[in-house]
Amino acid sequence: MAEMTYRDALKQALRDAMAEDDTVMVIGEEVGRYGGAYGVTKGLYEEFGPDRLIDTPISEPAIVGAAVGAAMSGLRPVAELMYVDFIGMTMDQLGNQAAKIRYMFGGQVGVPMVLRTQGGTGRSAGAQHSQSLEAYVMHTPGLRLVMPATVSDAYHLLRQSLKQPDPVVFIEHKALYTMKEDVDLAAPAPEWGKARVHRTGDDLVIVTYSRQLHHVLAAAEAMARKGVQATVIDLRSLNPLDFDTVRTHVERVGRVMVVSEGVMTAGVGAELSARIHEECFDFLAEPVIRVCGEDIPISVSVELEKNSVPTAAFIQTAGEKLVGLRTAA
Amino acid sequence: MTAPIDTAVAEKVPRSNTELLALYRQMRRVRTFEERVGELFVRGQSAGSMLHLSIGEESAAVGVASLMRDGDTFTTHHRGHGIFLARGADPNRMMAEIGGKEEGYCRGKGGSMHIADMGLGHLGANAIVGGGIPAVVGAGLASKREGRGAVSIAFFGDGAMQQGILYESMNMAALWDLPVIFVCINNQYGMGTRIEQATKGRALHERGLAFGLNSETVDGLDVRDVRAAAGRIIDGARGGTPGFLAVECYRFFGHARMDKSPYRTPEDEEQGRAKDPVGFARKALVESGESSEADLDALDAEIAQEMDATIDFTVAAREPALQTMFRDVYAPGEPEPESVAARIDRILAGD
Ligand SMILES: Cc1ncc(C[n+]2csc(CCOP(=O)(O)OP(=O)(O)O)c2C)c(N)n1
Ligand SMILES: [Mg+2]
Repeated sequence: MAEMTYRDALKQALRDAMAEDDTVMVIGEEVGRYGGAYGVTKGLYEEFGPDRLIDTPISEPAIVGAAVGAAMSGLRPVAELMYVDFIGMTMDQLGNQAAKIRYMFGGQVGVPMVLRTQGGTGRSAGAQHSQSLEAYVMHTPGLRLVMPATVSDAYHLLRQSLKQPDPVVFIEHKALYTMKEDVDLAAPAPEWGKARVHRTGDDLVIVTYSRQLHHVLAAAEAMARKGVQATVIDLRSLNPLDFDTVRTHVERVGRVMVVSEGVMTAGVGAELSARIHEECFDFLAEPVIRVCGEDIPISVSVELEKNSVPTAAFIQTAGEKLVGLRTAA
Repeated sequence: MTAPIDTAVAEKVPRSNTELLALYRQMRRVRTFEERVGELFVRGQSAGSMLHLSIGEESAAVGVASLMRDGDTFTTHHRGHGIFLARGADPNRMMAEIGGKEEGYCRGKGGSMHIADMGLGHLGANAIVGGGIPAVVGAGLASKREGRGAVSIAFFGDGAMQQGILYESMNMAALWDLPVIFVCINNQYGMGTRIEQATKGRALHERGLAFGLNSETVDGLDVRDVRAAAGRIIDGARGGTPGFLAVECYRFFGHARMDKSPYRTPEDEEQGRAKDPVGFARKALVESGESSEADLDALDAEIAQEMDATIDFTVAAREPALQTMFRDVYAPGEPEPESVAARIDRILAGD
């Protein structure tokens, strides 16, 4: 066991993958000499050199497109988008090229690349640097989607992403980089595509992923002190999606809340809610409640930003209303 | 052939010392404002740390903005405080926006990277590298239709020279003879990447020429040179030939507030900072006898006072009320998005 940050776990995953497989290379803005805008690749340039850590001009569509071609040509590129907010610029390369090449070309070739990026609020970075855009990716068949919430998942999920036959979009959360955890990287990796149940309770189920896991766990602790016991599920990856784990607990408990930082409408929470209603309808005591980002852009103002996405206190209040401990206004 | 430039235009741009004093004053205002932005951050009163100072680039902002007229429009990149200040912004409202306050230009929603003001033709600062460039093509179309001779200017950094959208925009501007200007403020760096590490084609104006734009590169040391070059380019654009201008300068400090520039040497910084447009103008004023050191000290002190007040204004300004978070997603009068809390209450109250 060693204490490690989320950032260092990501770096270690890249380092181990690069040492093990010399086709793995990192390509993106400031990934080499600078060490990454959030410091994830710091030191790797010195270890692996400029052929493995390729600094690019500010040209996002070509960065992603080059990774697509490299992946089709025998390399294992890790392209980095400094902010997930720039994904729109690359959506053709990602959605029309990377995601569809295996299918359109009749299964001849895959695109085994990883697109690493980060999103979310927490830095007063404003409307164009604070979004949670995972729904764009989840809405595109052919793309895997991974969003680690813990330090050990940051390591294992990135290692596993680098072994996938298909393109993986790997979205980190900017507020988690300095989070520390005791981890044993040598311990067996969790199964790819499996959700993790962090605690089990009989009063409600809270399904979440990425940074919101920590808000949810804090809310669950606070509710437990009032005698309300929550089951907390971290999905870890949204594609593949471990719906079996969700179903098992929903059918047992009957009250469900889905918590996500992305905006509510047509988001990940909407997809989960729809599936739960369709597949577990007879087991539900209450409608599935979505606790998501407000349907608005993110402001630079600290207070507005904080209140644009779920907080632990907000999740707790919603949970207590769902179980009837509080009355809805 | 270089650009088809009407040399007579250059002569029309005055180069008197009185004018230099006015340009100096604006450049000093920009620099002092940016210093106060740094101070606001150190005091913990800024909204976040993504604050990009334009110190070292004052001649680009002031040289070009000094030739803009009522009705002209512009967009800027993320390092745009100086440009807007030079165009006539109220420094108090700018600083309040940087502090995320209600009294700011965008009511605390935009922040440093998204200041805008339709009243002064500022179509908006942008946090997407290259994101603000194509809007000037549209503004150019509107201006051409109205026929009032207004130009629209996109300001951006050297980093944006490697974004494809710039070339799509320049091509359209030329194709449709639009009153549009592309101004690249080449401060030699995009974050930690020196321009040599980003492109082999470093004669930036050649890219404008390739699309049929009047194009020049000018050294940013002497603001009078920048103004003269901008005069030629802007004049061309008012006549329907779009232009491109690269201003060579140096980013004196880190990319944003948290960046200590570990990727460049002290020698590089020393050399770069020697290219100081504010210091150069001051020296020229004194040497020509137009102003005395004492006069300029007094002017600087007056500007320091003006800019000190922006911090007081910002500290005293209000946080935006929480409910304003739902305002302006859509037009006034349209229903605001329902809050998550209200929706949950509505659903659960149904029992
Ligand atoms: C599309 C996009 N890519 C990357 C970034 C991250 N980023 C912000 S500023 C910057 C460097 C920009 O350099 P330049 O255009 O020269 O402007 P300067 O900062 O030097 O004024 C980068 C890479 C961004 N904001 N938008
Ligand atoms: Mg630059």
